[in-house]
Amino acid sequence: MLYREVGQYKTSYAADMAVFPILQDRIGIGVILLLAFVVIPLTGNDFLLNAVLIPFLIFSLAAIGLNLLTGYTGLLSLGTGAFMGVGAYACLKLTTYFPQVNIIVWILASGFFSAAVGVLFGLPSLRIKGFYLAVATLAAQFFLEWCFIRIPWLYNYAISGAIEVPKRTLAGIALTGPTATASTRYVVVLGIVGRIGRMWMAVRDMDLAAELVGIRLLPTKLLAFAVSSFYCGVAGAMMVFLWYGGAEANVFAIDQSFLILFMVIIGGLGTLIGSFFGAALIYILPIVLRWVPEAFGLPLHPATVEHLQFLILGVLIIVFLVVEPSGLARLWQIGKQKLRVWPFPY
Amino acid sequence: MHLLYQIFVDPFVQMGAAPDLLAQTLWDGLVAGVLYALIALGFVLIFKASGVFNFAQGIMVVFAALTLVGLHEHGVPAFLALGLTIVVMFVLAFGVERLMLRPLVNQSDVILFMATFGLTYILIGLGQLIFGGNPKVMIANELYLPSGEMRFKGLGGFVSFQKIDIAAVIIASLMVAVLAVFFQRTRIGRALRAVADSHQAALSVGISLEQIWVIVWFAAGVVALTTGIMWGARSEVSFSLQIIALKALPVLILGGLTSIPGAIVGGLIIGIGEKLGEFYWGPLLGGGIETWFAYVIALGFLVFRPQGLFGEKIIERI
Repeated sequence: MLYREVGQYKTSYAADMAVFPILQDRIGIGVILLLAFVVIPLTGNDFLLNAVLIPFLIFSLAAIGLNLLTGYTGLLSLGTGAFMGVGAYACLKLTTYFPQVNIIVWILASGFFSAAVGVLFGLPSLRIKGFYLAVATLAAQFFLEWCFIRIPWLYNYAISGAIEVPKRTLAGIALTGPTATASTRYVVVLGIVGRIGRMWMAVRDMDLAAELVGIRLLPTKLLAFAVSSFYCGVAGAMMVFLWYGGAEANVFAIDQSFLILFMVIIGGLGTLIGSFFGAALIYILPIVLRWVPEAFGLPLHPATVEHLQFLILGVLIIVFLVVEPSGLARLWQIGKQKLRVWPFPY
Repeated sequence: MHLLYQIFVDPFVQMGAAPDLLAQTLWDGLVAGVLYALIALGFVLIFKASGVFNFAQGIMVVFAALTLVGLHEHGVPAFLALGLTIVVMFVLAFGVERLMLRPLVNQSDVILFMATFGLTYILIGLGQLIFGGNPKVMIANELYLPSGEMRFKGLGGFVSFQKIDIAAVIIASLMVAVLAVFFQRTRIGRALRAVADSHQAALSVGISLEQIWVIVWFAAGVVALTTGIMWGARSEVSFSLQIIALKALPVLILGGLTSIPGAIVGGLIIGIGEKLGEFYWGPLLGGGIETWFAYVIALGFLVFRPQGLFGEKIIERI
């Protein structure tokens, strides 16, 4: 009813090619941006920011990264967690050697290290593909994980063997470290995700152009690996520096890779918005599941709740795949289409 | 120069100097390889017949072993528990076919792969809910599995064999032989191979895909149970076994996703290569290289043979 494009004429080529051609979409995006940038940082409490929104944004970014690789070029990767780790460790080393440079610069720059490693492990993709490639990326996952544990130089010879995030400030406001407030970190994360999100569109357009002409496989596949790893690396650096504030190597274990793959597939392969939906569902679902028994006053043992979580998550994954294999993004599209023609069925 | 010496000469000198240690390492690798091969076998069975890359095979091993031990803990006699576990695996196969594979028929590989992730989570949740998350001891004695070790003198020292390892090798070989006969000689086996070649062609000659899937998943379940018993008897039954089961993946890509002999040979190569690598080259790199060495071996092979050692040549049509 509200969502209808009747009367909105496109009078120029630019209007036709606009990212959000429908007025309601533009209003919706405006509202979301206002909420995200102004309302939430001012009003949100620490739990909401720390446990829900910051991880959601970070996972979204990582999911976008994997989606670029898997959704657009069809290269299945199980090494996402390790590439995120490369970003985090690179950021730590960079800020250790150059503490005077702004941490945000290093978070972004660490993506390039991740991209370089991604290209290296992307090389086999020229010969192999499909599940063979997926298993080959596991080599990256396990090898890099081993490096994170066995090379003390990477974590600055910390006795705990973990990344200890140093305190970094911008204009006197603590961005990282124990004293940084949740809303500051949230705004920084949001800013970084938004900035990189726009870069993504350039890649998408180039991808379209590349499809039409005879593309050379080698540079294209490697570029996909590089860009994807760049995103994952930035997400990893943010995860440690702006969310956890310190991490051990097992944060970047294979479970993390699988989790992000879930997000991509549940959200919808090859869709930007799907990455956000997937991240929201997979990350926030367990939080909700934890709260449901309490809300109903069910006397469940915490361990039982955890086991039930696994069970329900598994069932939901299968149900989602059965109901809509193209992911949540497709459901979103269907919903929009229904709204557009409402009250008629088609 | 010293480094080159350390990499290319020194390990072999060590091997020559202590042949008993070499034999021991080879044997350890062989046993590990047999167990990897068993897990890989479960993957291959399902991949051949349904094209599903069944990630849940690892957790199926744990689940089967847990069911067996759990039933025995509740007072069921060992062999009855074994029978009941086989029934449980059949019910699981039936449920998977009915609730997961049938609605997802003709979806792309990635979707089916994801669905088996869902299955993994379900089995983890179920297993922990019913049997608890604590490690359990496999009922090896009740199942008349041998224990203890045998020591042989020779090669300038001692080589010791765990009896359970010898049993594992024998049982694994038997199972592979049975499966080979099953695939080559029986009606169902031929139907399975037909399904593996082409789902549509198999359907058109009257083979029921649903039946075949149940049979294949059940067979994979039985393989999982065997693996679970053997592995459980060597260490213990715990959910960490699932991570070890990931080792079956390099075995698979090494041997080829569709080849049963490939799974066996791949398993042995990975098992032995890994143990040799860890023992002779590991100290150079600071140890613990077992976690990724297998993948690197597999990756090396893949660059030269993308379809694995025994995999079917991948012919692509546009």
